[in-house]
Amino acid sequence: MTELLDPTAERQPAQRQALPLPQNLAGARIALLDISKPRGDVFLDRLARQLQALAAETRRYQKPTFARVAPAALKQAIASENDLVIEALAD
Amino acid sequence: MSLLPKDFSGYIAVVKRDCATCRLIQPALKALDQARELLVFTQDDADFPRGLSGLRDDSALELSFRLEIETVPTLIAVADGKETRRLVGWQREDWRRLCDMPALGAGLPAFSPGCGSKSVEPGMPEKLALKFGDARLQSRRIPVAAAQDPHELAYERGWSDGLPVIPPTAERVLLMLGGTARSPSEIVGVIPPNLAPCTVEKVAVNAVMAGCKPEYLPVVLAAVEAACHDAFCLHGVLATTYFVGPMLIVNGPIRDKIGMNSGINALGQGNRANASIGRALQLLIRNVGGGIPGGVDRATLGQPGKVGFCIAEREEESPWESLAQERGFAPGTSTVTLFAGGGVHPIADQKSRAPESLTRSLALSLRTIHHAKLYGGADALLILSPEHMRVFRHAGWTKKRFRQELDKHLAVDGQVVIRGAGGIAEGMPPGLAGQRLNKLRPGGLLIVYAGANAGMWSAVISGWAASGPKGSVPVTVAIE
Repeated sequence: MTELLDPTAERQPAQRQALPLPQNLAGARIALLDISKPRGDVFLDRLARQLQALAAETRRYQKPTFARVAPAALKQAIASENDLVIEALAD
Repeated sequence: MSLLPKDFSGYIAVVKRDCATCRLIQPALKALDQARELLVFTQDDADFPRGLSGLRDDSALELSFRLEIETVPTLIAVADGKETRRLVGWQREDWRRLCDMPALGAGLPAFSPGCGSKSVEPGMPEKLALKFGDARLQSRRIPVAAAQDPHELAYERGWSDGLPVIPPTAERVLLMLGGTARSPSEIVGVIPPNLAPCTVEKVAVNAVMAGCKPEYLPVVLAAVEAACHDAFCLHGVLATTYFVGPMLIVNGPIRDKIGMNSGINALGQGNRANASIGRALQLLIRNVGGGIPGGVDRATLGQPGKVGFCIAEREEESPWESLAQERGFAPGTSTVTLFAGGGVHPIADQKSRAPESLTRSLALSLRTIHHAKLYGGADALLILSPEHMRVFRHAGWTKKRFRQELDKHLAVDGQVVIRGAGGIAEGMPPGLAGQRLNKLRPGGLLIVYAGANAGMWSAVISGWAASGPKGSVPVTVAIE
């Protein structure tokens, strides 16, 4: 495996850290991403109802196919229009 | 060496099948194998030469690396584990004498040159040094997944200035470190704004990324030392909303040794050394120092030279002493001078043929830097081109004379530049009306000679609005 030498002062962790979890979902803009796997829509429909009950704002997105990475435009739309994303990954 | 029997006495031959001379001398090696204690280490085929009792596989090239084999065949005589003599290539009489076998190689030509050892093929010495040598690199290793593009990883990690970087593999960094005799672990300086200690190794890592060759490394190291000098005030240079960034001016013999450009397009693109040395310093400031645009770097507009700005003075053709000599360094000393510089401001003058006219003309442009009504704030770097210098050369003006004459034209009456004068709110405090004001502080003008033979253009580069002891002072460091 190729390895690169870290050019920084190494004050940040080597592995990227997850962002802190939100304390409250009220008012949060949440993307629900259907990757086009079977029954992903069923899962996301139910999740959307629960999130809306918590006063979150949900938006639905869909990848053309689960076999390929999301198109750049879709990733940009999700990133620019939302605070969080929930992805229905597996059937 | 564990690859050899303890206190071995006898002969070691290093060969490869791919070498015509090694194939040629197989009969001699067989004779030697039967008559003497012989170990034959082969680099590319464990069965070559076939049938020898002392055959050893050196496809990992460990023995070749440890014995510093550069050519095959190499024959080494060893007594009690110590090398006594070595022969390179096939020289029949020398082999006979060394082995004390007067008939060795009968029927073979008297001489046949060897081939390059696999252990010295391009890139291989660094790989072998990492595997078998005592090279110790301390930087954290960042794994690149099989399907991941290392160039994209560098972007994602925030290591880049926006342009692609050369992925800093251990082999490349080791090759880069060959450009200096300094220890990789030596601290070069503490880089603002994070005040992070910067080792020679970190300089090498970033120099690799910037596209430097190993021979540029001493210049980059000197530039880091200058940037970390308190007088340069790198934190302020970064944090200011003004345009400036560290600009490097290289003087001395190293310019030619590393192929820097001080002639045509001297401030522009196209030369690897000019382009990558300045960039290496900027990457170090970003990656080690943490000076990132939008973070501590608060430049309102910045300027394109902040990707990297490194020039060389065209000393040999100049009638005047160089910038380095003016700053107290002996001729023949290589130096780098760091100047907190803004963008390039052109000065056109195609009419002046008398030094008095050209001096006034240059002064007029110099008085406009920073702002035409602000005096004593910004230093300046004046870059005189050959066609402008010709005017002073023909008139016999020295650099000292030029400075004296220029100073006369860099001063104005305070009332024309005070706030409100000319209907412009910007300007000097009203209390300075009635005083003579100098555009530049004493010592605030650097003069360098560079550029192509054709073109009656020179250039001035504005320093920081807070030049001098209150802010940034140019710093010159000798290059080791």
